[in-house]
Amino acid sequence: MPFLIRQTLVYAVPLMLVALAGVFAERSGIINLALEGIMIFGAFMGVLFVRTVQEWGWFQPAYDAGNILGLQGFCFLAMLFAAAMGALFSLLLAFAAINLKADQTIGGTALNLLAPAVVLFFIRIIANQNTLNMYKGDAASWFMLKKSMFGYGRKEEMNFLGSTFVDKVYVATYICILVFIVMSIILYKTRFGMRLRSCGENPQASASLGINVVKMRYAGTVISGALAGMGGFVYVLTTANCSANGDVAGFGFLALAVMIFGNWKPLNICLAALLFGLFKCVAASYSTLDINGDGVYLLKNLNINTNIYRMLPYVITLIVLAFTSKSSRAPKAEGIPYDPGKR
Amino acid sequence: MVHQHFKLIEVFTVLDNIILGAEDTKLGFVQRKAARKKVEELSKRYGLNVDLDAKVENITVGMQQRVEILKMLYRDNEILIFDEPTAVLTPQEIVELMQIMKGLAKEGKSILFISHKLNEIMEVSDRVSVLRKGKYIGTVNTQDTTAAELSRMMVGHDVQLVVDKAPAQPGETVLKVTDLHVASRLYKHDAVKGVSFEVRKGEIVCIAGIDGNGQSELVFGLSGLEKCSGGKIEINGVDITHAPIRKRSEAGISHIPEDRHKHGLVLDFTLEQNFVLQTFEQPRFQHMGFIKFGDIRKYSERLIEEYDVRSGQGSITMARSMSGGNQQKAIIAREIDRDLPLLLAVQPTRGLDVGAIENIHRQIVAQRDEGKAVLLVSLELDEVMNLSDRILVMYEGEIVGELDPKQTTVEELGLYMAGAKRQDRKKEASA
Repeated sequence: MPFLIRQTLVYAVPLMLVALAGVFAERSGIINLALEGIMIFGAFMGVLFVRTVQEWGWFQPAYDAGNILGLQGFCFLAMLFAAAMGALFSLLLAFAAINLKADQTIGGTALNLLAPAVVLFFIRIIANQNTLNMYKGDAASWFMLKKSMFGYGRKEEMNFLGSTFVDKVYVATYICILVFIVMSIILYKTRFGMRLRSCGENPQASASLGINVVKMRYAGTVISGALAGMGGFVYVLTTANCSANGDVAGFGFLALAVMIFGNWKPLNICLAALLFGLFKCVAASYSTLDINGDGVYLLKNLNINTNIYRMLPYVITLIVLAFTSKSSRAPKAEGIPYDPGKR
Repeated sequence: MVHQHFKLIEVFTVLDNIILGAEDTKLGFVQRKAARKKVEELSKRYGLNVDLDAKVENITVGMQQRVEILKMLYRDNEILIFDEPTAVLTPQEIVELMQIMKGLAKEGKSILFISHKLNEIMEVSDRVSVLRKGKYIGTVNTQDTTAAELSRMMVGHDVQLVVDKAPAQPGETVLKVTDLHVASRLYKHDAVKGVSFEVRKGEIVCIAGIDGNGQSELVFGLSGLEKCSGGKIEINGVDITHAPIRKRSEAGISHIPEDRHKHGLVLDFTLEQNFVLQTFEQPRFQHMGFIKFGDIRKYSERLIEEYDVRSGQGSITMARSMSGGNQQKAIIAREIDRDLPLLLAVQPTRGLDVGAIENIHRQIVAQRDEGKAVLLVSLELDEVMNLSDRILVMYEGEIVGELDPKQTTVEELGLYMAGAKRQDRKKEASA
């Protein structure tokens, strides 16, 4: 059970963060189909940052001394860097969609095509192979919290809460949850959030009240890019051992599905992400999944073709969307280039 | 400024809409409580009753207008601009609005009221300035002028405000609609619920009602743009309930659609191509599948001449580049020239100036006098009262009253339109 919850969170948290990224863009009126591409780009940049800084040896003393705080700070810096790069990348979409009034769907698709290609190109140059790894060691040894850090021995077990939320987890996951909460509050309780949401519903009305729609849409898209970039890096950090290979397994699109399923509302998205995270977790680790801790691998013993489990998150996405997308309500003005002269 | 089309965010609450753009914040957080107090005070002081926690998409048009006014008052504005505020209101709501405007003026606010409805101008204003084709014509005191003089200033020549027409001489039934149901595009229920009526030769039947009470869907059902979910439509005895649009058009419906850009014209086609949209398949315009461009050009030139359609380059003008009035003229020319027994005219004068309106009204009456059946759908009460020989009032998808324009008043019509009054038509028919 602790394993199941922990693993679900590992998948669900980047998913909800990226879905929130989608919300910020769409609520300001820009369809951000490029989430996948931004995630890939952010993941690559985050890993590159970690690799380069390791190469310079800045955090080596902290690692040697077992300084947890220092290493987590390093990880946090990488997240910030990935977010900044994601924001930068999303400016491409913002420029095309807002200044050039391009079709946002096509613009997003173009970025989705661009990101893996560019990333792979640079990975080949830098690492001379198809995967960019850390310079030294692995994610678990550098960034993961372990029970040994809290004075537990190899044979000792932490209590339920400890083994679920402390042992073998990444602090990055909790930072993402915090960011998710803060950004949700900003979206609903502040002047900025209120104005942003108005731009996705009726930009002409917003403009008539003196709100700068172009600025708001830029803000929405850039925040979206930052969140997606951070989500991308956290995803590869926690599931791919901090290595980038120009792929995030369709997580960006899954996040779009979560966003639609969650009806563009943070709380619903949170729940939807947990649901998808659970299935993704089952898909990834069904064979070693011991649900009630009695040593019986129930799912494995069912003898169902492994591919069925792997398909699960995606099939569930299809089914859930088929049933819910009818009643969900997208921001009214999303996808429509802002034209001040239109009434 | 109150815009002609309200500038409201539908999914926001009334309160959020009022404070949006002028929010008071503390540490970046919106201070809704203080704002609520201020709005409540304003709404009490000016008698503007609104439900602050309702979402805008769920409140009536009249309340939306009050929200727009509160938006301005919340900002402590001294000059209030109303841009054609009455287009979407019932007569009762218009009276209420006029009173609010007078009250605001008394409180010391300045009001700029933009309208082309002469009776409203005469009632509410102190001074009138007239603009025509982007030029300033003059300013007069309302007390010293008359509606006729104002309309002369607006158009540049004398305008007949009341349409001259002989009494109708209805002949046999052309259009017969029995218990028609049409589903709404937006919601799950029917937008038209069991409507029955007849239109006879040589009469103008008008469907009146506030926008959104099923008139558009009724027209979609008649013209074939939307499938009917029940009932029967007959033209000259031929059942066309399930006929495709082209068959309906051939059976005898000419249609001046509500949205001339969406359903009336192909905006990126030339004027002459637009003229033959329904008729290009006829032998006079094609031979073995090849279009006779010369004949189309001749036809188009005749229509332009006869109906005075003005455009930059004549037949080869792009429809998009023409003015709204001339686009409408082109549609009317096309539809009337097809010479079909039923003319379905939906808001034919929407957004046009007084001169163009007069012209179109005259043509519609001329059609009637030639023995055509005319079904007119209009939101403009003046048009309804002036033009029609019989009025059917639609409310929430049903016909709630049949009135004679000579015996009824605008006020009574308004009561029917607002749903406050209704006739039991079935009982009358059987009695």
